[in-house]
Amino acid sequence: MSDVTRLSAAALASALADGDVTSLQATQAHLDRIGAVDGAVHAFLHVDADGALAQASAADERRAAGGELPELLGVPIAVKDIATTKGLPTTAGSRILEGWVPPYDATVVARVRAAGLPILGKTNMDEFAMGSSTEHSAFGPSHNPWDLDRIPGGSGGGSSAAVSAFEAPLAIGTDTGGSIRQPGAVTGTVGVKPTYGGVSRYGLIALASSLDQAGPVTRTVLDAALLHDVIGGHDPLDSTSIDTQWPSMAAAARAGDISRLRIGVVKELGGEGYQTGVRTRFEESVQLLVDAGAEVIEVSCPHFELALATYYLILPSEASSNLAKFDAMRYGRRVAPDGVRDPSAEQVMAASRKAGFGDEVKRRIILGTFALSSGYYDAYYGQAQKVRTLISRDFASAFEQADVLVSPTAPTTAFRIGEKIDDPLAMYLNDIATIPANLAGVPGMSLPSGLADEDGLPTGFQILAPPLEDARLYRVGAALEAMLVDRWGGPLLDQAPRLEVGL
Amino acid sequence: MTTPSHRTVPDVVAYDEAVARYDPVMGLEVHVELNTASKMFCGCAAVFGAEPNTLTCPVCLGLPGALPVVNGKAVESAIRIGLALNCEIADWCRFARKNYFYPDMPKNFQTSQYDEPIAFEGYTDVDVDGETVRVEIERAHMEEDTGKSLHVGGATGRIHGASHSLVDYNRAGIPLIEIVTKPIEGTGVRAPAVAKAYVAHLRELLRGLGVSDVRMDQGSLRCDVNLSLRASADAKLGTRSETKNVNSLRSVERAIRYEVSRQAARLDAGERVVQETRHWHEDTGVTTSGRVKSDAEDYRYFPEPDLVPIAPDRKWVDRLRSALPEPPAMRRGRLQTDWGFSDLEMRDVLGAGAQSLIEETVAAGASPASARKWWLSELARRANDAGMTLAELPITPAQVAAVQGLVDAGRVNDKLARQVLDGVLAGEGEPGDVVTTRGLEVVSDDSSLSVAVDRAIEANPDVAAKIRAGKVAAAGALIGAVMKEMRGQADAGRVRELVLEKLS
Ligand SMILES: [Zn+2]
Repeated sequence: MSDVTRLSAAALASALADGDVTSLQATQAHLDRIGAVDGAVHAFLHVDADGALAQASAADERRAAGGELPELLGVPIAVKDIATTKGLPTTAGSRILEGWVPPYDATVVARVRAAGLPILGKTNMDEFAMGSSTEHSAFGPSHNPWDLDRIPGGSGGGSSAAVSAFEAPLAIGTDTGGSIRQPGAVTGTVGVKPTYGGVSRYGLIALASSLDQAGPVTRTVLDAALLHDVIGGHDPLDSTSIDTQWPSMAAAARAGDISRLRIGVVKELGGEGYQTGVRTRFEESVQLLVDAGAEVIEVSCPHFELALATYYLILPSEASSNLAKFDAMRYGRRVAPDGVRDPSAEQVMAASRKAGFGDEVKRRIILGTFALSSGYYDAYYGQAQKVRTLISRDFASAFEQADVLVSPTAPTTAFRIGEKIDDPLAMYLNDIATIPANLAGVPGMSLPSGLADEDGLPTGFQILAPPLEDARLYRVGAALEAMLVDRWGGPLLDQAPRLEVGL
Repeated sequence: MTTPSHRTVPDVVAYDEAVARYDPVMGLEVHVELNTASKMFCGCAAVFGAEPNTLTCPVCLGLPGALPVVNGKAVESAIRIGLALNCEIADWCRFARKNYFYPDMPKNFQTSQYDEPIAFEGYTDVDVDGETVRVEIERAHMEEDTGKSLHVGGATGRIHGASHSLVDYNRAGIPLIEIVTKPIEGTGVRAPAVAKAYVAHLRELLRGLGVSDVRMDQGSLRCDVNLSLRASADAKLGTRSETKNVNSLRSVERAIRYEVSRQAARLDAGERVVQETRHWHEDTGVTTSGRVKSDAEDYRYFPEPDLVPIAPDRKWVDRLRSALPEPPAMRRGRLQTDWGFSDLEMRDVLGAGAQSLIEETVAAGASPASARKWWLSELARRANDAGMTLAELPITPAQVAAVQGLVDAGRVNDKLARQVLDGVLAGEGEPGDVVTTRGLEVVSDDSSLSVAVDRAIEANPDVAAKIRAGKVAAAGALIGAVMKEMRGQADAGRVRELVLEKLS
């Protein structure tokens, strides 16, 4: 094996199955890569070398014992630090959880463990998943391997950076308004937000319960499908989990078919405000699909114009309540108030929250507290829920005309670290094309569509499908990916600068 | 008049004066802890009295990432309570989050119901000293209990003056049903009695449903009392106080009396009643001010996004409705007629919580009068001595009926029967076994009794002479002597017959 870290998860799985490499070797290779480049990339908040190697050995033993084996057995993975991991620190990118070691595994983590994927470590993120750049991580930003001065997207920038820097073939992300898809777009990787209720939320530290969804972060569409099959499916511990028999996403990706497909280009998700290179690459991809036999129509979703405003009422409202539990009473960092003798519980709570939460978290807690206040509830939260219903109706009527909807994933390529940190509204605009899917609970995928001519940075192509039709994303995404890779003469990430050891 | 008013406002005015001048309006909020096996939103056991913090998990501790799952049995109990209170059952309802910070609340929000309760618009008919008073029910909704704080180091066990607090989360997440009445108006001087009767009625109804232990002393039934006064029945409602911690039937009555007297004193003085939470003190019989309800108190309710709506199947609701037990008042009336008890006797039975026990004892073959006698005298005394309720005594209604059966068969007399009860309560087995092992059977063999009677006559010639002379009443002394010799194991009736035969 030349360099196992360059392999896709599917290719590594084949190599493992063929006995060309052991999980221990593959896991060690990824740990070495992390050791070499993560000083520059800062994708990880915590690396669990001992744990990963032990799990790798166990995977090798399991393979040696034979029998029916999970396809991804022995393929290492990185997990966003928002999912609880028994015995491994979990901070959600916040000081307030510094040092907390959960006593239980999130369902997605339990499923990954059961399928025999060694967990390399926990990836960086904007604090409590609030942000589009990882600059709001209390532990410093992650860097985009395409240009280390730029952001790798957010909130799941650690996962996208890890995968694009070849530190891990697979990662788990969560997507509340685009936190899987936008990082995928700006790092040239694949990210999928499943149908709301498709993947268990049990053990994911909640940002906005009605929007959060975990999903795969990978370098290929097939890899995403394989991981989706591992983590998805009904979980009785999550009341919002959908109890249905899901089709195999991997089978859909392998089928990769777009014949007779009706593609709806969403009028409201493009044009003005989208970078030229992003638009060009998007239009090229649409043309590729047309050339391959798909039918393209333009669809209008008029209420998408209100999506951002709606999102920024619903998200902070739910977050203000979800984050109330971080009070330093039972776990997490406790701070005594200055100059108070024998402080009360309330004073300790206030001091700990003041010291433990970053500015963006405080901003959203204040927004949400206000939006839910009596006298304002109807005008803000109540109204936002109504608009949310209208957005769902827009999707429903668009999906009567088209099998999938498409748009650029993010309006721009990766911006420079620090460029938007003082302008929250500019930051929020990054998710303008991804947010509607969260509001309506529909599944969405971002895959690379090329590099923008003006800056040579990756652009993303978003595919949206009706609720429960996640398999359709993989069928379409895999077909488009094949045509694009063919055109590029290899994976897009082959064009990324090599991060040299010792950087 | 220029006299400056320096008089101090009295704390309270006499209750009779207060109700003569003002019309009290009450609202009662009763929290009932359900006796489901597990908690409202997780699989932890829902039991009272375990070691602190042993019945917890990520969900009821509110750990990051944990999610709730609704306990279906609790929903069923909530619906049955709603139906028993003649409520409408919602076709569709949701949980909501009630947001506020408190250390004994793990998530810093309580998962409750807000504007979509599972049951609403009902009523229940309460017997108040023989008269029926209809109490309208506004709603019955589901929620979770909080943990329990113990404030250590202070003199009173209250947070004020405590050096630190301990929190037990075993109670956190136990299913609660909150039953809220509409304003109870027009009760006048009887307001405290009506409130007490309502809570007692509710307790009986819930016990009959089998949904809760309804132990006010253990907090499985808790009552908050809202009270306001107004000048007359047609005046608009006055400002109310909400008195918490009213945790016995007697306290419900006393707390309302006190609040009527206190608020009347304020109003008499031309002051306003402050809208606030007050705490009832069982020991001193007064309420004291808690936190003032203000605009700052905003729970920011919103629908719980971690749970899906509850839409009870109508057929299920109908099945639950048809399987409801007989309403307490109806059952009480039926049993009283069947048993032939006077109102007074029935009241004693109810007061002792013995209705079901007597019912089962009668079903096991005892006469109603004997069943009442055993439960309300002998066993009530023992329960009282042991600090137990009647139902908690280690004896079953069937065993009590068996003891009475032994008496009816003449195998033991009343005095021996009490010893049989002792044996059963001490775990010595069934009544028949206790008679055998303790050797308690009455001596019915006339030959040995006859010898004993002869001996008694010989030893008490004076008494014997009186009886021969026709003073039959004197026989008691001889019977006593015989019984003493037989160590109580004789049928006193037979002894009397023998004495009179021999001396006739
Ligand atoms: Zn629990």
